[in-house]
Amino acid sequence: MTTAAPTTTLDARGLNCPLPILRTRKALTTMASGETLLVQSTDPGSVKDIESFCSQTGNELLSASNGDGEFKFVIRKP
Amino acid sequence: MNATAQQLSHQMTPELDQAAFQRLFDQRFDERMAQIEADHIPSMSIISTKGTLDMAYPPFILAATAAALGWDVSVFFTFYGLTLLKKDLDLEISPLGNPAMPMKMPVGPEWLQKMDIKIPNLVMAGIPGFEKMATGMMKKSLNNKGVASIGELRSLCLEADVKLIGCQMTVDLFNMNQDEFIPEVDDWIGAASFLPTAQKSDVTLFV
Repeated sequence: MTTAAPTTTLDARGLNCPLPILRTRKALTTMASGETLLVQSTDPGSVKDIESFCSQTGNELLSASNGDGEFKFVIRKP
Repeated sequence: MNATAQQLSHQMTPELDQAAFQRLFDQRFDERMAQIEADHIPSMSIISTKGTLDMAYPPFILAATAAALGWDVSVFFTFYGLTLLKKDLDLEISPLGNPAMPMKMPVGPEWLQKMDIKIPNLVMAGIPGFEKMATGMMKKSLNNKGVASIGELRSLCLEADVKLIGCQMTVDLFNMNQDEFIPEVDDWIGAASFLPTAQKSDVTLFV
């Protein structure tokens, strides 16, 4: 849907629960409405956690992908 | 004149039929309830009672995560849990009398790291410094797996406005001083002051 490059990238690789979520929240607080955040993670738990985080906080999960043990999420701040 | 007009208008209004009224009411009620639920900020109260390295994780992880989800979080630290609010965090773990704790090597070849090394209680109790060693190994495992330190999680909680509350009775009981604890402690109170907060919380946990 959105092909534009994300506004900010967060490298949460190598971090474990709950750090990817906490760093995501922190990154989003510094961003403006409508901007997008790319989160890179290696924690398999982050797949469900990021989904849950987005639905709870009203942020929009634009995409989630998985390749080579690395997960990528694109989140848009409402 | 005005009053007469109102009366007339009232008389002319056809009676709303009962079923239509019920439908309208149900619809409005559902909408209103959905709105209330959407506006509601969830809250959580945790009572933290243990001060070992392993038992320090659940309250801080849950509190920090809930805060990240936008919840209001309070943690009441009482008895040994109060240790988690000390300025100097020097937490240890004891494998003694803790049979569920996996004893794993954080370093070495993969086959060795996967092995659960059973150590008799007598050995654990008899070797001086055994707990220090176990603590060191646990810290190494936590670090290897990218799990945050307790200090880091505590800072994240404070940053996210989690209320860290100390039990005044515990301070008095163990002859401690409030100066030993981080200044960010939100309040020093007793059970009677924390329970009303817990009562209004959506989630209450005892750790």
